[in-house]
Order: sequence, then C-alpha cells, then structure tokens
Amino acid sequence: MTEVQKIEFSPEAMLEVSRIVSHYPQDKMKSALLPVLHIAQNEFGGWLSAETMDYVARLLHIHPIEVYEVATFYSMYNTKPVGKILIEVCQTGPCCLNGAEKIVSYIEKKLNIKVGETTKDNMFTLKTVECLGACGYAPMFQIGETFYEHLTEEKVDMILENLKQEKLKAINN
Amino acid sequence: MGRKLLLEHLNKANINTMEGYLQNGGYRSVEKALKKMTPDEVTEEVKKSGLRGRGGAGFATGMKWSFLDRNSGKPRYLLCNADESEPGTFKDRLLMEKIPHLLIEGMIVSSYALGCRTSYIYIRGEYMFILRILEKAIAEAYAKGYLGENILGSGYSLDLHVHPGAGAYICGEETALIESLEGKRGNPRIKPPFPAIAGLWGCPTIVNNVESIAAVVPIINDGGDEYAKIGIGKSTGTKLISASGNINKPGVYEIEMGISVEEFIYSDEYCGGIKNNLELKACVPGGSSVPILPNHLLLKMSDGNPRLMTYESLSEGGFATGSMLGSGGFIVYDEKACIVRNTWNFARFYHHESCGQCSPCREGTGWMERVLHNIEYGHGKMEDIDLLWDIQRKIEGNTICPLGDAAAWPVAAAIRHFRHEFEYHVKYPNRVFDEDHVYQPEMKMQKV
Repeated sequence: MTEVQKIEFSPEAMLEVSRIVSHYPQDKMKSALLPVLHIAQNEFGGWLSAETMDYVARLLHIHPIEVYEVATFYSMYNTKPVGKILIEVCQTGPCCLNGAEKIVSYIEKKLNIKVGETTKDNMFTLKTVECLGACGYAPMFQIGETFYEHLTEEKVDMILENLKQEKLKAINN
Repeated sequence: MGRKLLLEHLNKANINTMEGYLQNGGYRSVEKALKKMTPDEVTEEVKKSGLRGRGGAGFATGMKWSFLDRNSGKPRYLLCNADESEPGTFKDRLLMEKIPHLLIEGMIVSSYALGCRTSYIYIRGEYMFILRILEKAIAEAYAKGYLGENILGSGYSLDLHVHPGAGAYICGEETALIESLEGKRGNPRIKPPFPAIAGLWGCPTIVNNVESIAAVVPIINDGGDEYAKIGIGKSTGTKLISASGNINKPGVYEIEMGISVEEFIYSDEYCGGIKNNLELKACVPGGSSVPILPNHLLLKMSDGNPRLMTYESLSEGGFATGSMLGSGGFIVYDEKACIVRNTWNFARFYHHESCGQCSPCREGTGWMERVLHNIEYGHGKMEDIDLLWDIQRKIEGNTICPLGDAAAWPVAAAIRHFRHEFEYHVKYPNRVFDEDHVYQPEMKMQKV
C-alpha cells in the first residue's frame, strides 16, 4: 500500500506557481503548464498521478485532458511511479562512442534491474534517455537536476552510494 | 589563435556574475543601442554583419528580423531557442552556464530592435540547473536597471523570462517551441503563416538560437562591418563548434569561420587528433541530422582543395559528396566505429522524438529503426538496404516540419557512403562485432 498523499502544493510551491503564472499575460495562464508540472512532479514523489494532473488543471483553469495530453507527450514527465533516485543515462550516438552502453549494463548488473525497472527497495529507477547535451563529456547520466559526466564504474559506485545515503538520512530525519 | 567574440572572457573570474561581467566590458551594447541607436539601426548592423542563424538552418538573422510584422498593432515577441537537443550539440549550454549575462545582454538589444515588451528564453527541461543560473542573472539585470521599466532612462522597457520545456527534441523547431510555450504538446504548425506574422498567441514572433542572440552583442559593440571581416564569403564571424566522439580533446571551441576541417580535427588548439592513435574514419560535422562523411570527402572538396569550416564549404558537392555546418555538432568517428550501429542509434533517436503528426515520419522513423536493428543484430537481408533507402526517400520532404528530413538524411548518407558496411553485416552476421561493439580488424575503413 502506498501512502495516500493529499494533493495540494506546499505554501512555497504555491508561491513559485504564482511567480511563474505572472510571466504570462493574464488570459494565457495555460502557458504556465509545463513549469507547473515540473513543480508538481517534484512535490508529489517524482511522478504525475491522475489526481495530481487534475489538481494542476484546476489550478490553471484548464480541462484535465489538456494536462494529460501534455504530460504524456514530454519525456521528462513520469506518468508512473519511479524510485526515489531516478537515473537517466544518455544513450545517444556520441555517448555510445564513449561507452554509454557499458555504463548501462554495469548499472543493470549492480542494481539487479533492467532499464525501465525500479529496485525492490524502491530506491533506484534506471532509464535510458536521448541526448542531454553533454556529448563532449560522455558517458553521462542525469539524476534530478545534476549532470554526472565522464562516468566510470568506480564513479558510478560512488555517486549512487552517496545519493542513497543522503536519501536514507533524509527519511530517518 | 583565432579571434574570440563570444568566449573571450570564458575563464575570467566571476564572469557568471553581474560584477564580473561588467568588469569585462559587459552591457556596453545595451548602453550603445538604447541610448544612441534606433531599433532599425540595430537591425541594419545585424544585416551588415551577415550573421546567419546558429541553430542549424543558417538563415540570415537580420533578414529574419525584417520579416517581423511591425504594423499589426499586437504585441511582438522575441523567443530565444535554448532547446539545444540536436545530438552532438552542447555549445549553448556552455554559453548560458558560464556567461549567462551575454545571452541576457543580447536579448535586451535584440528585443529593442524588434520592439518587444516581453521576451522569453525557452530552455530544454533537462537544463533546469541552467534555468536557475539564468534566473539569477536576470534578477541581477533587473536590479541594475538593464531590465524592467525605462531601461537606463531610455524610455524602453522589457521583461525577460525563462520557460522550461520538458524533454522533447521537436520543441527546437520554432513553431513547436511556440506551441510548447503556449502550454501544449510540441506539434509543429503548418506554415504559412510564419511566426513573424502569427507566432506566440497569434502575435508576430521571432525565434532565434542562443548563439545567434549572443552574437548580436559583439556586432553592436564593434559594428556589423567589423564582424563581417571575420570569415569567408557568406560565412561571417565566429562559430561555436561542439566537438565530441573519438577525439583527444572533446569540448566547445569558438572558431573563426574558414579554418580547415583538417586543422580543426588535428590541431592541439581544437580536437587534438583522434584518440588512441587510431585513424579518422568519418565525421558528422553539424549535428546528428546532417549527412555523415567518410574521411576522404570530409577533408577535401571535389576540386581537391581543403574543406573549410564554413556553411558553403561543408555543403560543397551537395549531399552526394558534402554535408552541412548545421548546429556545429561535430561528431568524429575512428576506424573502429560501426556506421551501422551509429545509424541505428540515430534512427532510434528520431523515432523517439517524432511528434507523430505526419504519417511518413511517425511510421517511417520506427520502420527504419526496426530494419536497422535487424541488420545490426545479424538478422538483416540484402534487400533491407534498398528498403531503408526507399523509406528515407519517402519521408524526406513529406512532413510538416524538418524532423522528417533530419531523420532521413543520416540513413541516406550512411548507405550512400558506407554501403559496404551494411552488406558486410548482412553477409557475416556473426563476425561483425567483438564484445565491445567495435569492428573486427578485417573490416577496417578504406584508407585515404
């Protein structure tokens, strides 16, 4: 059973939403949809449930379908639950020339999951993504807002261990 | 050492802050343009500079600006295209991450020329960390009076905002970018009407790449004529090249237009040669969409002269023997790189990124990906090679936006120049790879 979360932005997130909405003409509130969905995803466990999307629709005075069609179009929005740490490995050409495929198989073996899966403890989800604009610093992955570049197996071990410890600490506090 | 106009101050202390940027001569073009020049004079300088769009298409920036409908009575918008997603391209990222004020300065001067009251920077969602850098720099610019009401007492007012995308290559296409900024799916619009007439919220709109807008700063500071002195023919000024692949020194380099491709690859000032002392096999010189060229066509033009880093020289010979400068995403392949695998990789990319609006692209990109996958993994047939050729030909030119062409060209060029590698995959399905996915020695490239 997953914890039932009340779908409502924190006061800080609400403030950020009003700041973003103010960037567009008053009758063009829908323009705030993409940035607001990013906030929603951050606020509600890294993915967009139907309830979350309905909430965003009410907030921006648009129809729920207008949110669904956007959420399913853009690859950064997760419409299914993901682990606490989402690893997104770039798999496009230049990264592959520098060993991206090996990094993917290393992580698969290390975490005992395949691309697209989440570890049993719900800590890691592994995804492959298309070009992230780090071709000169390959291989690389993105976790949250951070780019980790020039990856080696040792570096992957260190990064994932550190992030896991951080998450565990945050949960225990 | 070539002249640097954009990255000159890249390594100066605190260049990412307002203070550091001003210490290195920042915001002079705003002072000059807003206090001493009319908007038309600014546009005129940009026209004189010969600046061509740095996002990939290479359309003259000043000309594009002159198409903006100035008599509609509606608000006009300048959108900066920072959706940098073309595989092999990472130059705009460096510029925004390290020298955010250069883009902001360019946005102010360009918005002034176009008569915009509000402008937006549309940045790809994966660059969220850069969005935060830009927002901080924008706040500094407001505090200093370079943005907001009555900038520097000139009577001109401008608001500037950053808008994140959410992972869609197609939003780099200008009408898809506009759709996305309106809070919709990134489906490109049918043109005409062009954005210059009816763009964002139906208002006249100009969309320019990050590097193009940044280049407006040196153009206004030193004059368009001075800018046009750099380069050769219709390729004026400097260009940021993102170098990646099997080279010793990957990274972003600012080059004067017109240096030779050979110098760019082998000089220690730039790529520093091929990694591990291997031979150069091929190169995609302008981002994944442009045709791949084998080494002998890459380094020399059809008349035997060296090929140069310019729009004209890189496209010399058309697609039969040439390619394109594109976005300057320069991907280098060594002799062990597998062209089939690379082509399949790019085909997968375009399949993933197709918005699905036009059937030739939606169906064709997936079909090409599957056929290429079969060949790559040893299940290919000889006729598959001709099938691929046929599919790409039916995508090219038959879609609303250029993504169809972008998906077709890499496949066409790979077959055109490396057909023998496809045939080898079909003939010897078990002999193609060792475990590292590199070519076995008997299948090396043709020597120049």
